[in-house]
Amino acid sequence: MAMSSYNGILGDTKGIAGLFEHKLSTSEFKGGKAYTEIRKGAIASFLKSGFPGKEDEKWRNSDIEKFLESRFEFAEGALPADVDVDKIFACEVPDLDTWLITLLNGHYAAKNSDLRILPQGIIIGSLSRAMRDAHELVEAHLGRLVNNDKNAFAALNSALSGDGVFIYVPDNVIVEKPIQMVNVVNSESGSLFMQPRNLVILGKNSQLQLVHCDDSRDQAMHFTNAVTEFFIGDNASLDHYKMQNINDHSAVLHSGWFTLGRDSRLTTNAISLNGGFIRNENEIVLKGEGADANALGVYLVDKKQHVENHVHVSHLVPRCTSSELFKGILDDYSTAVFTGHILVARDAQKTEAYQSNRNIQLTDKARVNTQPFLEIYADDVKCSHGATVGQLDAEAMFYLKSRGIGEENAKMLLMYAFASEIVQKISILNLRERIDDMIKKRLRGELSICDQCVLHCSKPDQPIQFEIDMSKI
Amino acid sequence: MLLQIKNLHAQINGKEILRGVNLEVKAGEVHAIMGPNGTGKSTLASVIAGREVFEVTAGEVLYNGKNLLEMPVEQRAREGIFLGFQYPVEIPGVSITNFMRTALNEVRKYHGQEPLSGAAFLARMEEKKKLVEIQSKLTNRSVNEGFSGGEKKKNEIFQMAMLEPQLAILDETDSGLDIDALRIVANGVNALRSKDNAIIVITHYQRLLDYIVPDIVHVLFDGKIVKTGGKELALELEGKGYDWIRKELETR
Repeated sequence: MAMSSYNGILGDTKGIAGLFEHKLSTSEFKGGKAYTEIRKGAIASFLKSGFPGKEDEKWRNSDIEKFLESRFEFAEGALPADVDVDKIFACEVPDLDTWLITLLNGHYAAKNSDLRILPQGIIIGSLSRAMRDAHELVEAHLGRLVNNDKNAFAALNSALSGDGVFIYVPDNVIVEKPIQMVNVVNSESGSLFMQPRNLVILGKNSQLQLVHCDDSRDQAMHFTNAVTEFFIGDNASLDHYKMQNINDHSAVLHSGWFTLGRDSRLTTNAISLNGGFIRNENEIVLKGEGADANALGVYLVDKKQHVENHVHVSHLVPRCTSSELFKGILDDYSTAVFTGHILVARDAQKTEAYQSNRNIQLTDKARVNTQPFLEIYADDVKCSHGATVGQLDAEAMFYLKSRGIGEENAKMLLMYAFASEIVQKISILNLRERIDDMIKKRLRGELSICDQCVLHCSKPDQPIQFEIDMSKI
Repeated sequence: MLLQIKNLHAQINGKEILRGVNLEVKAGEVHAIMGPNGTGKSTLASVIAGREVFEVTAGEVLYNGKNLLEMPVEQRAREGIFLGFQYPVEIPGVSITNFMRTALNEVRKYHGQEPLSGAAFLARMEEKKKLVEIQSKLTNRSVNEGFSGGEKKKNEIFQMAMLEPQLAILDETDSGLDIDALRIVANGVNALRSKDNAIIVITHYQRLLDYIVPDIVHVLFDGKIVKTGGKELALELEGKGYDWIRKELETR
């Protein structure tokens, strides 16, 4: 019996250390010698710092105690062979034609092949398989961007992760269809702790649209600790959409580590529709002149939900641009955190960097902590930052009501309008329309986790309707 | 009687603005309310529409015999009251189409009518746009966002045309308009005049009244209607200013 069925209290670092030693001694780890060295360094970093707590500046407003005190099964092993993913879900965004990669409980789940080679040499599939079949590519990139000393959860992922998604786009290749990676959590055996590890490599002059979804299929408390490294080559372009729609008891942490080459372009857009605890961290390094990065996000939270977005952008060279725009609507007792840090190195002249976090607080019990921060060592730069927390505009409410629109619909129109600024920036039309509908549903309180972000239950006894009555909006 | 205002007193932040307004408006009439700045014209419009910052301290307002002051803002609108804003509000992200469709269907629902079909709604949009010579495609534009002063006022009359109110109060609809836009807006209003509805035009200037000819002209002064006459009263005010009224009041 392998230790892949390790089950323990999450906060028990000794247990985790034991799990690591066991895996090391039984050669359960994939990724070859070079990556094993990275794992050793990562577990050392993790054990040195331990799990973060309130005393850590970056976790001051985060409450993960209840997760650390809970028992999880570490989903390290491979899937049982008889799992038919199609029986659990089917992707049904109308007219959204994508290359689909599905992870079930953090593990690659495909009936046919673990690693597919698409036309033009594009490779997509399981990272653990790529460690074997595309090991040169993996070794040259995996673990290169993650700073394990800086991020304990990322270190834990680096040390223990067993699988995830691998995407490689060769030089000069434009991927015509979006690639969609979906991590679905569905467990009958109890709470899972999952650590998917993804690696995305874009060669120079290449282009990719990537849709990245986290979904729940059950109501148990799960914890996803995901890490993705993104290498964006010179003059390459990545559109990255992250859709988060998990149950009220679960947590998703995702740290994205991006490096951008000369004249490359990045848009990463986090759409957080539902979740107990969601924390998105973006570590963006602009390494080549003329690179352009846009980090966006919208979060809609209610009840006791909690969403965080942390963005760190490093301008290391001249003439790069970056912008951040995060917008949130908070109802009930929900909480949100935003920290934005723009670093402009001494040589990074002609930098343009903008940052904005705007929030609508629907109740006085909801809470927002927002910290924009600029750290500038160059003198010829244009930078700005701003944050707002406010209520719905009273003049606009009066204007709408004076035309006969009732309180509920007036609020709905204004909230939708507020969120739509982010949605309008989605460049995949069908996805934009779909997210637009989902936001309307969410604001009307009609979105259940069964209305998977881009998935439908394929169980016939759970029909799902997506028609939006526009007259109500 | 469509609208009956009796001894209306209203204040904001403890300061009394309306000090006993009496006014009666019948269906089919166009009234003009004139007066110098700061005498309570816009306050009167706001109180009728239901703006909450104003506190009514005395008097009553009956609309079709119903107590208007007890109704929330949206109900007044559904009952057929329309306020043309002096400063229309910009609402980024809300399209005019969604805005009008929501409003129209809520009004219809209130009267027990089915929602308009998409096609019928769009046909109505097209028809009413012509009334105020709006050429642009409104569908994708946010309410008043980035509109010029003239476009905003045209948009107000467009909304009035869409909603077909029984009582429209146009608060300084002429302010900020050049002569061409003024003519377009006035033509729109005139086209909407009928024996079944009434319009109250609030203005400083006679100019608008050359285009929208009122049946009755009132002068509001220090929170009261101090003079009422026919359309010739507006001309007299234009010629002599408001000082003679002040003097007339002092000699009383």
